[in-house]
Amino acid sequence: MMLSDGDLQAIWLTLRLAGIVTLILLLIGTPIAWWLARTRAWWKAPVGAVVALPLVLPPSVLGFYLLLAMGPNGPVGAFTQSLGFGTLPFTFWGLVVASVFYSLPFMVQPLQTAFEAVGDRPLEVAATLRASPIDAFFTVAVPLALPGFLSASILTFAHTVGEFGVVLMIGGNIPGQTRVASVQIYDHVEALEYMHAHQLAAVMLVFSFVVLLALYVWRHSPKKGA
Amino acid sequence: MSSFKAKFNVEWPGFTLDVDLNLPERGVTALFGHSGSGKTTLLRCIAGLERAKQGYLSFKGEVWQDETTWLPTHQRPLGYVFQDASLFSHLSVLGNLHYGLKRTSGIRNPALDQAVELLGIGHLLDRKPDHLSGGERQRVGIARALAVAPRILLMDEPLAALDLKRKQEVLPYLERLHDELDIPVLYVSHSPDEVARLADHIVVMDGGKVVTHGPLVETMARLDLPIRLGQDAGVVLDAVVAERDETWHLARIEFAGGSLWTRDHHLAVGHRVRVRIHASDVSLATQPQEHSSILNLLSGVVDAVSDDEHLGLALVRVRVGESNLIARLTKRSVTTLAIVPGLPIWVQVKSVALME
Repeated sequence: MMLSDGDLQAIWLTLRLAGIVTLILLLIGTPIAWWLARTRAWWKAPVGAVVALPLVLPPSVLGFYLLLAMGPNGPVGAFTQSLGFGTLPFTFWGLVVASVFYSLPFMVQPLQTAFEAVGDRPLEVAATLRASPIDAFFTVAVPLALPGFLSASILTFAHTVGEFGVVLMIGGNIPGQTRVASVQIYDHVEALEYMHAHQLAAVMLVFSFVVLLALYVWRHSPKKGA
Repeated sequence: MSSFKAKFNVEWPGFTLDVDLNLPERGVTALFGHSGSGKTTLLRCIAGLERAKQGYLSFKGEVWQDETTWLPTHQRPLGYVFQDASLFSHLSVLGNLHYGLKRTSGIRNPALDQAVELLGIGHLLDRKPDHLSGGERQRVGIARALAVAPRILLMDEPLAALDLKRKQEVLPYLERLHDELDIPVLYVSHSPDEVARLADHIVVMDGGKVVTHGPLVETMARLDLPIRLGQDAGVVLDAVVAERDETWHLARIEFAGGSLWTRDHHLAVGHRVRVRIHASDVSLATQPQEHSSILNLLSGVVDAVSDDEHLGLALVRVRVGESNLIARLTKRSVTTLAIVPGLPIWVQVKSVALME
């Protein structure tokens, strides 16, 4: 089986996108999940619902709004233009921003569950052992929630690899910039290159299966700490 | 006077904590009461784990809480032992012990070594908490709290989560703490037995309020303890082993007011012991009984008579020398023997529980 240069380029782009999005979401999603897990504020429910929106919204709807927001006349677009970056749609970084929104629940929800499972007690213990709240977060909450971090990262990465609708709306189909693997397969099919589509589709299928298998095996292994 | 003051007023739906206490600055003080009496909440307020909106807390000249001050828990020089030990599962025993130690400036290994030695956990240091028994976990939890060299130790029912056998395993270590620690300890418990064994002072709580407090021996001898102890009613006496009878395996202990025979526990003459005498193990007679199986016969004077929980029963406090004993009698006996305060009386003690 031989993948074309275009296919390899699409795969590399996809992995780069998914990697960057996962890293950004670890930074953004962790405080959101921590807050959701610990707050008793009344607006916990609305915030939780907004975070979960991408789970049910058609990607085209999400993509449409993001396109408007990041376009030349949108608020985000006006901001990026004022900074001299131009507009984000149809660029790799536009895709990154869109994917961050799209994959947000896949990072936040497993982390929130993990933080909730840690509970108050270990943090209280840490406080009685002279650890400040920040100190306790990094030395107690994060290590105890480590399995949650791993699940969340894997799910976020895999989900970003699999996105299609948002990419089409925001990124279009620019080789090396926004043409990720899922779009490349779509192109092959459009062009009736079923052989190429098969090859790339098989790669995606195997990748997805292996990722999920690894996750499930690891989750159900008896020794995983938490 | 006391510079350990705690005053809290907190309202939760269905529960109000309202206390104003001067706490002893030395020895073990038991916060004693039934579940829901607010004793754990009080302890958590003192630790800063619970924030009472209205409160005042000062310890040895430092204000931990008033209208303008609120010291967060991690800045209070305390050690806290949780009911279920709550060891960090991601760290080894040594990692748990080091956690607080690393965050304590100026104090190093002496406190840790002492804590490890005191609780006998030297052989467990490399283990993970998952591989410890309940009793071992709690011993590590106590050592971890002591490793930060606290100026006060707070313990929230450290034995409540353990079965009887594990309790027996941990209790001797708590007694060692009592003997060797020179910091004050606040010990939350609902067990009269633990309190009798470990405490020097007692704060009795009910419904979020302090109903009485004072030195243990005096307080336990009060007939008007507003919380009912049921089968556990009785007194605590401090005594010294005075004589051992090798033939009959008995020991005579002396307390302020007399002496009692008890089973020999192989304690040397001169050893200080604490004994607990249940009210139901004490009977009274107006004349000395000569043909009785009961070894311990003391002479005293009736001090007070009070109702017991059951309508048919009464509690009678008898002054024996400088000490008090409490007897549980039927009201019929009280009337038949005409027991009233001031009456000279003979006290028979059937059983004495030794608590070292």
